[in-house]
Amino acid sequence: MISVVLQKKLKSATGDMQLDVAFEIKKGQLATLYGKSGAGKTTIFRILAGLLNSDQGKITVNNTIWLDTEKKINLPPQKRKIGFVFQEYALFPNMTVLENLKFALRNNKDDSFVKELIEIVKLGDLQFRKPDTLSGGQKQRVALARALVQKPEILMLDEPLSALDFEIRNKLQQYILQVHREFNLTTILISHDISEIIKMSDYLIELDHGKIIKQGLPTKVLTQNKVSGKFQLHGEILAMVNQDFIFIITVLIGKEIIKVVADADESKKLNIGDKVIIASKAFNPIIYKID
Amino acid sequence: MDWSPLILTFKLALITTLLLLVVSIPLAYWLAYSKSRVKPIVETLVSMPLVLPPTVLGFYMLIAFSPSNAFGNWLDEWFGLRFIFSFEGLVLASIIYSLPFMVHPIQSGFNNLSTSLKDAAYVMGKSKFTTLFKVLLPNIRPSLLTGIILAFAHTIGEFGVVLMIGGNISGKTRVASIAIYDEVETLNYDAANMYSLILFGITFMILLFVYLVNGGYLKRFWQ
Repeated sequence: MISVVLQKKLKSATGDMQLDVAFEIKKGQLATLYGKSGAGKTTIFRILAGLLNSDQGKITVNNTIWLDTEKKINLPPQKRKIGFVFQEYALFPNMTVLENLKFALRNNKDDSFVKELIEIVKLGDLQFRKPDTLSGGQKQRVALARALVQKPEILMLDEPLSALDFEIRNKLQQYILQVHREFNLTTILISHDISEIIKMSDYLIELDHGKIIKQGLPTKVLTQNKVSGKFQLHGEILAMVNQDFIFIITVLIGKEIIKVVADADESKKLNIGDKVIIASKAFNPIIYKID
Repeated sequence: MDWSPLILTFKLALITTLLLLVVSIPLAYWLAYSKSRVKPIVETLVSMPLVLPPTVLGFYMLIAFSPSNAFGNWLDEWFGLRFIFSFEGLVLASIIYSLPFMVHPIQSGFNNLSTSLKDAAYVMGKSKFTTLFKVLLPNIRPSLLTGIILAFAHTIGEFGVVLMIGGNISGKTRVASIAIYDEVETLNYDAANMYSLILFGITFMILLFVYLVNGGYLKRFWQ
């Protein structure tokens, strides 16, 4: 169980912002922080990891106090058992894949676990290569394996897949889910991608301007008091074309493009780039097998 | 030809560079990562030798370390150190004079490294010290090389400070740049020309080496 209460004054691009959040994540859950950039997601991560100080706050992880500003307790990052996967991988360029993983060992004795991790993320062929020679997806697999070396209490993933293309993303999501379950981890993910969130997380925390605006089950948070459709797809608006009385709205769902008709009133609320749900009630989809 | 000025020059440059490296790594680290309010002042002081005439630096060192005043006298009596007209004095003056040439490349090396490398090492439980030596320094090797070479080459080329604080004592403080001046004064152009040519050739080679290594030309050649 992770319990977090944080307050911090932030200077952001749009002026001062007060970060003020409180949430709990159960052991074994995969929770996602979701929200616009600048909402405070990465700041929360950095405070959780001990890389940044908060003005006030309390963090308890499995009955250990990591931070308590009242009692002046603030464990340094070295003492918090965290596996952190950075957006830009943060692999050490001077070390090979294997050395990167071994460097994460607390005491350099037992490297059997390192070998096991290399097997799990299928890095065997690449273990003597330097990070510069790897592709983005391979780098992220190394980063994921490296974060697991010290058997963390919390695995933190800061938009780990945002720079990767759709197929590699899909595969890595599988890897993350696999290790999350296999090692019984409590995982916190930062993600912008709605399909990724619904696919992966048990719990969703939506942030805006440093405050939590909704939290709960992902499907509930993302569709709260909107529709009770039987058929729901999440996507992003790519284009809107006005044709007399109606708008043709092009929506990207996963890697498919779908065109939807909307009337003028409906489309007033919509903009290109908006995240939307396409739902239908009286709908009878036909399924064809693709040979 | 008297080789001692050249030998002295390279001895001075070598010792200065080694000591500068020891001083500059912590200083550059602090300048790169500190958010202290006195940082701009320290940065200014480190950069001063870039713009200040070397004679100014030499003049104040001459005043400060003169055995005829309290501080110089104290150093002499307690530590037996005399920085005036001595090789030790030249080393000290060279360290101050070449400080920005070592600190600036290392500092910008640190600044250009993604902070997430440092963060990643901390999260793995590594101390600041381990992180510095295993992660940060190995990844700024080109900056370290640039700093070492620039400091070395710059020390070879100094003149004003040496003249002020070291004078022109053969075998002790008469470095090559001073020897050239000396030979020209006595209209001994051949000797001056020899010293000059050697300095020209060596500094050219040193700088060429840096550009070849940092530009990756040597690696390509080996492959």
